[in-house]
Amino acid sequence: MVKVAVIGAGKMGISHISILGAHPDVDLVGICDTSKMVTDFLQKYSKIDCYSDYKKMISETRPDAVFVAVPTKFHYAMIRDILTEGIHVFGEKPLCLSPEEGKELVALAEKKKLINQVGYHNKFIGTFREVKRLLNEQAIGEVYHFTAEAYGPVVTMKKKATWRSDPKEGGGCLLDYASHVIDLVNDTLSPVQKVRSSLLKSIYSDNVEDSVYSLLELKNGLSGVLQVNWSDDTYRKMSTSITIQGTKGKIISDANELKVFFREEPNQEGYEKGWNVKNITDFQENVDFYLRGEEYSAQIDYFIDAVQGKVPNSINNFQSAWLTDNAISLIRANAN
Amino acid sequence: MERILFGDNQFFAVNHISDEKSRAQAMKFKSDEAIMKVLDDAIDCGIHTFMCTTHDRIAHICDIIRANPEKYKHFKIFPCMPYAHKYANAVTELGISGTLKQYVPGNFFGSLFKGGMAYLSKDYESIMELMIDAEMKMFRGLETPVIFLQNVITDLLIGLKATEILVAFHDYIKKKYNAEAGFITMNMSRLVNILEEAGVKNPIICASINKAGFRMSGGKEAYEECLRTHEFRAVAMQVLGGGAISPKEAIEYVCELPNIASILFGASSKGNIESTASYIRHFDALKKQAAAIV
Repeated sequence: MVKVAVIGAGKMGISHISILGAHPDVDLVGICDTSKMVTDFLQKYSKIDCYSDYKKMISETRPDAVFVAVPTKFHYAMIRDILTEGIHVFGEKPLCLSPEEGKELVALAEKKKLINQVGYHNKFIGTFREVKRLLNEQAIGEVYHFTAEAYGPVVTMKKKATWRSDPKEGGGCLLDYASHVIDLVNDTLSPVQKVRSSLLKSIYSDNVEDSVYSLLELKNGLSGVLQVNWSDDTYRKMSTSITIQGTKGKIISDANELKVFFREEPNQEGYEKGWNVKNITDFQENVDFYLRGEEYSAQIDYFIDAVQGKVPNSINNFQSAWLTDNAISLIRANAN
Repeated sequence: MERILFGDNQFFAVNHISDEKSRAQAMKFKSDEAIMKVLDDAIDCGIHTFMCTTHDRIAHICDIIRANPEKYKHFKIFPCMPYAHKYANAVTELGISGTLKQYVPGNFFGSLFKGGMAYLSKDYESIMELMIDAEMKMFRGLETPVIFLQNVITDLLIGLKATEILVAFHDYIKKKYNAEAGFITMNMSRLVNILEEAGVKNPIICASINKAGFRMSGGKEAYEECLRTHEFRAVAMQVLGGGAISPKEAIEYVCELPNIASILFGASSKGNIESTASYIRHFDALKKQAAAIV
């Protein structure tokens, strides 16, 4: 059994707690949150010891691994403390508010030889994994352009301020929504290396951007467009998609559907010349316990497996999350 | 429960296999009249139960149904609550307790919890009851013989091991609404065991059940075994399993399974409603014949 503690029982934290609670290899030993309504509930029904001080929780429960699901501005200090104690970490995204902080955590996790993972769950979605596989096989020839997008209805009117509306605390569309898309680009294509031009537009928010438009250049020389807007209520929920154009074809994928066009008969099994439309049902494997989407359970299963030494710590490790933090910082510097 | 239940995903741009189709549906069902037209088509096909989320727009549909009592005198609604996205967006912004404070009607929090007192079980149950009542308002005067808890909440509570809340939902629905509680879940086998242990007899459980094995957590075989060996009333949803299998084959599979009380599906056109309903009736009739011979 892996002893796990969770810091932060908000939207992501409570979802992690539920999935961990159903995991056969996990013993949930402690939860830390500042809301008494939430901790009283967990204490009473889930019978898990709850704390309001994470240091006290760690010293009393001695977990093997800790999940950190608190506002981004707290990530650096908390994760540093946890790693220093010799404990594995699953952190929510983004990793840190600055690449300097993130770099330190990458080095510390490496030095201490601890499992480290960040919650970029798109990498556990079957359609996006298939995109990566097709690109690795150079199925659409030489890739010459990409468009990576996400839209959704998070901020659709002027509202009172919370941590999500303060850039110093990790608020804004760039850190919240766009980070997922950038991470997907980094992973499926190549890491963002240079930002040609960027626009950060506020629509309803006073202090942060509600949309991000950017021309990106990747390490492998490929360039493309990032377009993200979290104030678009023509979408029911967050919708992330990527379009990739190559000399032999084109890929359009979101979390539900993969469309691939081949100009000639391809070598890939299960695909033919012209349009191919496949759905998530063709790729996604069942999880043991489902909440909100297979990817949320799959990423936790992967982390727990990594802690037990069953899989390498290669998907969504701090190093890959740092590449995303770095791209975010490049985009912000370019826009200002 | 009727054998065939009509669902509402298509009306609210919920499409598990294509964002593009979901956009097209949002356009098609922009008006309440467009939704009513399809509901009338379902009634023409002999389907009189509408299983729907407590989405704001359902309130308008309920108004139309109330305004035509003669036309809809046999029509039943199975509400599914809550409409999670309304709350999910609020949780991102306000946190869990902030969201509850915003959505729980009345002055529950103001009057009770000023001084950081401990929360008791009855407090959480009161919060739940107030929220159920708020969600049920739109259905006043309509027949709602089964009231479902949405899978995101059922499954969250399963993982949190808060079985008492699931049972409290079950009991409150019976007491206050003289209706049966239903649970939607993506973890059917797990929930069946949990409710059985908690002493809930013959519960109504709605889950993805399909030949493709899509969203059948723990695997298709575990689901089939559970259907064979436990006492509960299953409502099969996502029976087409994402469209990888032909509708005929998909319906044949579900109709042959034991313990399936009802089959839930949604469709946007009369042709599709007719064809799915006729497959269900066809395979049900075959099964009945086979049973008679045995």
